[in-house]
Amino acid sequence: MIRFVANRVLGMLIVLFLVCLFTFVIFFALSPDPAVQICGKNCTPEAIDQIRANLGVDQPFWTQFGTFLSGLFAGRAYGTGPNAIDCAAPCLGYSFQSSQAVTDMIVQRLPVSATVAIGAAVLWLLAGVAGGLLSAVREGRFADRFIAGLTLTGMSIPNYVLALSLQFLLVVTLGWLPFPQAVPFSEDPLQWFQNFLMPWIVLAIGMAAVYTRLTRANVIETLQENYVRTARAKGLSPGLVWRRHALRPALTPIVTIFGMDFAGLLGGALITETVFGLNGIGKMAADSITKNDQPVIMGVTLLAAFLVVVGNMVVDLLYTAIDPRVRVGSSA
Amino acid sequence: MTDTLLHVRGLTVGFPNAHGPNEVVKSLDFDLERGGALGIVGESGSGKSMTSLAIMGLLPKGAKRTGSIEFDGAELTDLPERAMRSYRGDRIAMIFQDPLSSLNPYYTVGTQIAEAYRSHRSGVTRRQARTIAIEAMERVRIGDAAKRVDHYPHQFSGGMRQRVMIAMTLSMEPELIIADEPTTALDVTVQAQILDLLAEIRSDTGAGLILITHDLAVVSEVTDHLVVMRDGDLVEQGPAERIFTDPQAPYTRMLLDAVPRIDDEIGLLRTLPTTEEAR
Repeated sequence: MIRFVANRVLGMLIVLFLVCLFTFVIFFALSPDPAVQICGKNCTPEAIDQIRANLGVDQPFWTQFGTFLSGLFAGRAYGTGPNAIDCAAPCLGYSFQSSQAVTDMIVQRLPVSATVAIGAAVLWLLAGVAGGLLSAVREGRFADRFIAGLTLTGMSIPNYVLALSLQFLLVVTLGWLPFPQAVPFSEDPLQWFQNFLMPWIVLAIGMAAVYTRLTRANVIETLQENYVRTARAKGLSPGLVWRRHALRPALTPIVTIFGMDFAGLLGGALITETVFGLNGIGKMAADSITKNDQPVIMGVTLLAAFLVVVGNMVVDLLYTAIDPRVRVGSSA
Repeated sequence: MTDTLLHVRGLTVGFPNAHGPNEVVKSLDFDLERGGALGIVGESGSGKSMTSLAIMGLLPKGAKRTGSIEFDGAELTDLPERAMRSYRGDRIAMIFQDPLSSLNPYYTVGTQIAEAYRSHRSGVTRRQARTIAIEAMERVRIGDAAKRVDHYPHQFSGGMRQRVMIAMTLSMEPELIIADEPTTALDVTVQAQILDLLAEIRSDTGAGLILITHDLAVVSEVTDHLVVMRDGDLVEQGPAERIFTDPQAPYTRMLLDAVPRIDDEIGLLRTLPTTEEAR
């Protein structure tokens, strides 16, 4: 068990290191000179050299990468002498656009993305599992076919179409929701809730469709298992057969997929956040890409990779708790 | 007059489709005395498993069952599902072929053994259920039952898993145990142990036994009456000893001849002609 966890943690560290390396290669080594970008119109070669020295981009690749890594764990300083800017760990550098520390930018926006992700996740889990169960119980009947139609629709509509139509319908035409504007929860909980309601629904619909299909397939497959037949042969009531012998094995794999989907969403919902003007990680990523703000792009990429890898590990550990075949090794 | 436990007449199981009734068991008649042991023998696809599922009322979706199954004077085919459930596990228990896939990997064997007891008897505490599971495991001679009761199916060997399956049927003291190919997935040495165990339980509890198998060596050890099936038809039935020594139907003779013997000349194994060749 301890060995299992240790292996997973080690694997996670290796993956994260490789992700850092590849991201670094792509964004720093292969992109145009950031110093030119920063320096602006009235630029002298001396000024460019100065900026390069401050950023450290005049150093060889491995030195830069080393500084970047140590900046992540121990912080680093840009420039030398009294003008040096100290960047505390975990240092992801400074935005070329706003000169803000990327770490601070992420910390500011992460709560917004997390709110979007958590609300959407609750919705899609409830709707997806409920829809899938109903479909499985009514396999081949009207309800099953109706839900199949809904899931197909849900999966086919692109997020931005859904987002814009929903906004048009609920805000402009029906006036059920106020026009979204950023309000903290502590100030006006109702307005806060109304702001997030549409992003939650938009994100949840596509995912709920996938989870519905997954749940339906898992449940139907589990009901074919021999141990379900054994349970029925014991004379258990259909309710017990379902709850104990069909649901638990059928829903366990959902945990795996949910962990990864959720972690991915924490790293920002690019389209949804942009459409609804939510100042989360996704919108920050979109903005930084259009402005070629490399440190920010890199910070967001690393954050997303980190979340997915950590999410994966959490799922692995959760599995040891819910699946006895993983938890206790064979002794026979 | 002997005391009949199970009285089956004209049992027919079909999967009706556009091409016809598609019968896999055709008008089967047999009886089982209280405490008796009946072997149902046949090749794969002969309808023997469908016969057992028909008795349990556990036929797959789309199956149609006709005829009469009388258990201890009650007509099972007339019973609604809810009433049938009170027979299953309590008075009629079933042991399946593959013990690994027939046990739920997510629950301890103790939970699964006591499950039938807890659902058929009300007001059973967790502790009582556990005691019952341990007792059942001891009866099927699983060593260190008090500890093994909390283990999961994957922690047991194949033979031990089948013992768990048998223990599962024991807690309710059923009057009829149906064992569908209980030894097929096991090693030969383990097979003998499981058969001995079944025979022992039968003599201890007085339960009737229906043993379904394709393996004549298996039925010869434990059953006193035989039903030979082929393609859903009843080929021959009678006392086991008579069928082994003096088979009447040519098919039964071929089946017996196909069993390799240690004193045979070395040569090709005798195989049965396929249904098409025989026709």
